[in-house]
Amino acid sequence: MALLEVTGLTGGYGVTDVLHDVSFSVEQGGITTILGANGAGKTSVLRALCGMLRVSGGTIQFASDKLNGRATESIVRLGIGHVPDGRGTFLNLTTEENLRVGAMTRKDKAGISEDFKRVYGYFPRLQERRHQQAGTLSGGEQQMLAISRALMLRPRLLLLDEPSFGLAPLVVQDIFRIMRTINDEQKVAILLVEQNASLALELADSAYLLETGRVVMSGPARELREAESVRRSYLGY
Amino acid sequence: MDGMHVNKTRLIFIGMVVLAALLLPFVVGSYRVFQFNLVLVYAIVLLGLNMLTGYNGQISLGHGAFYAIGAYVAAILMDKLGVPYWATVPAAGAVCFVAGFLFGFPALRLHGHYLALATFALGISMPQILKYKGLEQWTGGVQGIVILKPQAPFGLNISQDHWLYLFTLFIALLMFWLAWNILRGRVGRAMVAIRDHPIAAEAMGINVGAVKTLTFGISALYAGVGGALGAIVVQFVAPDSFVALVSISLLIGIVIGGLASISGVIYGAIFIQFVPNIADEISKAAPWAVYGLFLLAFVFLAPKGVAGLVQLLWGKAEASWKRVRAQKATLQS
Amino acid sequence: MEAFLHQVFSGLANGAIYASLALALVMIYQSTHHINFAQGEMAMFSTYLAWAMINAGIPYWMAFALTVIASFFIGLTIERVIVRRVADAPVLTLVVVFIALLVILNSITGWIFTYTIKVFPSPFPEQPLFGPYVSSHEAGVVGVSLIVLLLLFLFFRFTSLGLAMRATAENAVSSRLSGIRVGWMLALGWGLAASIGAIAGMMVAPIVYLDPNMMSGILLYGIAAALMGGIDNPFGAVVGGLIVGVLENLMGAYVVGTELKLTVALMLIIGVLIFKPTGLFGRSFVTRV
Repeated sequence: MALLEVTGLTGGYGVTDVLHDVSFSVEQGGITTILGANGAGKTSVLRALCGMLRVSGGTIQFASDKLNGRATESIVRLGIGHVPDGRGTFLNLTTEENLRVGAMTRKDKAGISEDFKRVYGYFPRLQERRHQQAGTLSGGEQQMLAISRALMLRPRLLLLDEPSFGLAPLVVQDIFRIMRTINDEQKVAILLVEQNASLALELADSAYLLETGRVVMSGPARELREAESVRRSYLGY
Repeated sequence: MDGMHVNKTRLIFIGMVVLAALLLPFVVGSYRVFQFNLVLVYAIVLLGLNMLTGYNGQISLGHGAFYAIGAYVAAILMDKLGVPYWATVPAAGAVCFVAGFLFGFPALRLHGHYLALATFALGISMPQILKYKGLEQWTGGVQGIVILKPQAPFGLNISQDHWLYLFTLFIALLMFWLAWNILRGRVGRAMVAIRDHPIAAEAMGINVGAVKTLTFGISALYAGVGGALGAIVVQFVAPDSFVALVSISLLIGIVIGGLASISGVIYGAIFIQFVPNIADEISKAAPWAVYGLFLLAFVFLAPKGVAGLVQLLWGKAEASWKRVRAQKATLQS
Repeated sequence: MEAFLHQVFSGLANGAIYASLALALVMIYQSTHHINFAQGEMAMFSTYLAWAMINAGIPYWMAFALTVIASFFIGLTIERVIVRRVADAPVLTLVVVFIALLVILNSITGWIFTYTIKVFPSPFPEQPLFGPYVSSHEAGVVGVSLIVLLLLFLFFRFTSLGLAMRATAENAVSSRLSGIRVGWMLALGWGLAASIGAIAGMMVAPIVYLDPNMMSGILLYGIAAALMGGIDNPFGAVVGGLIVGVLENLMGAYVVGTELKLTVALMLIIGVLIFKPTGLFGRSFVTRV
């Protein structure tokens, strides 16, 4: 059974719907990616999952819980780590405090310090800067911090909103490599929303293509990579 | 935007309201005439405040100060210099325009809460300044100044109260007409543009500083005209009539009536004139608690002010009226 | 010189009270960007609670502690029941709500306890502690304010709840996404503010005597202090409070007399704000287009 099963999701902002009958799933420990151009509705999908978008139809099933109508903080507490667009860094807190905020819902002291070690292992740069104000970190470091903050929740599912946005190619490759590691080592399922289709398709095992709020194509990532239309519009060769 | 376009129904409606206002003093007692006279005065002041705060987005918690200046200008001119009452109104407006315009300059540097504090400080200091010993020969110090009620001119056979009411109504209509013209013109559009997006307004070539100080001046002018009329109506000015509470009431008036709404100031004026009395009748022991509950009730039930609520209900009524007519039309055919 | 020192010290004591009230304002401002105009009346109401308890024979410090706790829950309740309903309303609507709270609290207190002025005890001894220039109460007020500041600092710096509140104040959306119950953090901020305000009220009441209108001037100075020190900065609020207190006292004693001291003090504060619009210690911010 899939970890996350979204069926017929419809919703939007105010009175306008931006998502229409969107269905997709993320397997236990799997990586799913949602691709699409600017304004296709990718971010809105993630917002809908976390109760930050008006949902007017469809169901969102996460393991044994239905997410429809729940408050954001309750959804997160079920084990969904959301790395939002713009990274959502607490700029005035230190790096370490940012991570402590990520672990706010947990009580297991030993587990938390273990996770501190783990994310510092993934991103040694954060350890170097752990007492520094997060606002002084570079864009790439802030992205690392955002992912780490979400990991401190010990999520079963990680939602990533364009982690490559605005970063140098080398940094992006680094981050994608570590996401692969996280997925391998911790068996965290990942839902990745990306404009950088080639990287995303390399990482993911299944993929969905979103256009103006509708799923227009779906299948194993490998198949989408080879599809003529995807190649031409999103991969550029 | 409210009151900016005029259709036929609206014009008829306005005409009816004006007619009712004209006839009002002849059907109610003289104390009521006095009260409605003050409603007109407040409406003028609120109109100015709404231009500044509602349309231009500059918060003022100190408009009582300009109201006080207007009142004192009128009182001093009448009492010390023997100027006729009608001539004090434009004089008070002019003095307050200058005062407001000048205050508008430091206000350019202050935003939001900071401007609220600065204007509130102005409101709080005003009674202290009016009591100040150095100005006593003009202001009459704590005692204030008593002025005489004017007679009806041209041998009109109506009471002083009635005449004063009609005089105030005439000036109020003039001020409303003026406001309506300002707001739908270039300056009015610039005011709103600055409130909604100051940077874009600047980029569009609006001189933001000039418009904001001008708005402050106009707004103070309205408060001054209202203040002069208020002084003549009450026949008395004293520092303790212009405590900070006056400024706060005025702000309450525009929020309850409806921000950025011309008709809203009438509802607001009615609120600040009558609701304290009603509260007092409901509970002699804790009238202000009742007043506070009224405030909360209005804010929760009419979040866009009474004008917003009226517009909403009006729209619904119109829609259902149209539906009925359409049904009739289909039945006939 | 002695008179001057005396003025400075009593200015510091007043300033410490303004600072406490300013701190209370900062608590609420940080997370919601609202200035709570009812803060003074909430403090006044709390002080009446303390007065009633002391009158009923409860020892001073016991009544003090009970008042701080009761005020916390009053603040919490006000946020949950009234303020959160209008949390997204325009600023001016909120101003009206706060004014409504102000007049309701003022009127209800007058109704319950009458408007006659009451004497409120000071917990500090009557004879001066540090020579003839500083009364014990003045020294005590400064001490209490510093303790409050220290406790707040420790709370925000070292506790998990304090961190959650700081996170909420900075970025509510991100906090929600970390599972923090943001609504409760805001209510907690109100509770803390009410407690701090209660302390300010109990400290000022022995000086100005207890009556329902005792806080109106003090609130204004508190707001001025908070804005001057930087409304988003607790440390700045305290420094602002002390500056305002000393400034007000010296102005009154040497420059303009008591008649106009409020006016002049306010003008000076506004003067500072015109040249330093985010306050002395406030963060400057950049407007994004």
